[in-house]
Amino acid sequence: MEGVKRTALHEEHLAAGAKMVPFAGYEMPIEYQGIVAEHRAVRSSMGMFDLSHMGEIVLEGEDVLDATDRLMTNEVRNLAVGQARYSPMCRESGGIIDDLLIYRFPTQVMLVVNASNRAKDYDWIVAQLPQSVTARDVSDDVALIAIQGPDAVAFVQSLASVDVEDLASYHFLEGSVLGIPCTVSRTGYTGEDGVEIYVASERAAELWRGLRAASNTLALVGLGARDTLRLEAGLALYGNDITEETTPLEAGLGWTVKLSDRQFIGSDALQRQKDDGVSRRLMAFEMADRAIARPHAAMLSGDLTIGEVASGTFSPTFSKGIGMAYIEREHATVGREVEVDIRGQRHPARIVKKPLYRRPQA
Amino acid sequence: MGEERRYSRSHEWVIREGDSARVGVSEFAVEQLGDVVYLELPAVGKQLNRGDVIGDIESVKAVSQLYAPISGEVIAVNEELEAHPELVNEDPLGKGWIVVLQPVDLGDIDTLMFKADYDRFAAEEQA
Repeated sequence: MEGVKRTALHEEHLAAGAKMVPFAGYEMPIEYQGIVAEHRAVRSSMGMFDLSHMGEIVLEGEDVLDATDRLMTNEVRNLAVGQARYSPMCRESGGIIDDLLIYRFPTQVMLVVNASNRAKDYDWIVAQLPQSVTARDVSDDVALIAIQGPDAVAFVQSLASVDVEDLASYHFLEGSVLGIPCTVSRTGYTGEDGVEIYVASERAAELWRGLRAASNTLALVGLGARDTLRLEAGLALYGNDITEETTPLEAGLGWTVKLSDRQFIGSDALQRQKDDGVSRRLMAFEMADRAIARPHAAMLSGDLTIGEVASGTFSPTFSKGIGMAYIEREHATVGREVEVDIRGQRHPARIVKKPLYRRPQA
Repeated sequence: MGEERRYSRSHEWVIREGDSARVGVSEFAVEQLGDVVYLELPAVGKQLNRGDVIGDIESVKAVSQLYAPISGEVIAVNEELEAHPELVNEDPLGKGWIVVLQPVDLGDIDTLMFKADYDRFAAEEQA
């Protein structure tokens, strides 16, 4: 696989018997023991993911917070130190360049971006920033390990120098885990409680091995189960559910578009779209039979094509096909019975409330 | 002496059982597919030509097609797979069988690969 990069944890994956696939320019583990078992481990106990392919871009300089705010549909200028936020980043048209996490450090802002968009994002951001703010792509120096599931926080707490259990959602702390300096963030992409740990690439394997050695129940989880977990949780995937041809309002991310009292790149277009109403909306669906809808399958209602599947897979939690589809506004209502054209055959499905899976509250 | 299992280039196995032929998915293909969660299988009585699509096999990740390794009529379908598609992963050469065919010509089976040849073929395809 020429030109394909490896994360700092590559040898750990091979030793654990992972099935490796090329993904966003990296050779990544798609599964270890099997997607369904890994998915269930995260829902019932906990699992660990290598997400080191994700990109990290550090912004620094005078007015860094305001400069970042202007790039994001979500408000960033009011972030406290130690706080993180999710936001789409749009073009003037309102089309989504990427969706990312924004971390506010004392003098810096860290953006965590999708691996497939890293170069595009960096170029875009650099072109928009004022002279006073610099951007550095530190992706190769930073590894990212996620631990997700109902047992994740207590487990990490037992090994951490900082108070992880009292860390609020979308907040982070700098400290150490197993004596290794890292940033622990109460965030994730699975619908479960858990943390994401940013660590220097050269200490990542040591941390990964230490975490594995510290638990008998920590499952290793690949990108396959990451996809089924996030889809059950109704979380958008860039490239499937959101692209430059879709806007946050169409994608059901209206909660991340803060239009009052601020101007940002794309705000005029999004204000217009909000006033006019969207023509289509990203809705969750579940299949009524055992069939599985895949991306690009047509959504039908009688003789009409009313939409297109954006993401579709098998749900290990519900043991049936689920997904998200862009559906024309007049048909985009929860409870509606529709059909999906799967390789020329019509299969019944129903539009349902997002998210399909919500974790039991403790 | 028992019949020897043969393999197709589309990753099905075939084993002769008297005048009929049992068909399943190779261990290699199952490993590639990952967790099988649903199969769309033909009705008994369906006539298949070699290379025709037998049905769809859905794993969590993706859908793939199963192809008829020989020509024949479907005389049995593994009904167990409806409720337990994971049998394809757990026991691809046994309980995870897919269909039984009444071959048009039993000699067609002899044109398929032996396991050693198939293993080489699969290894090359993966590389």
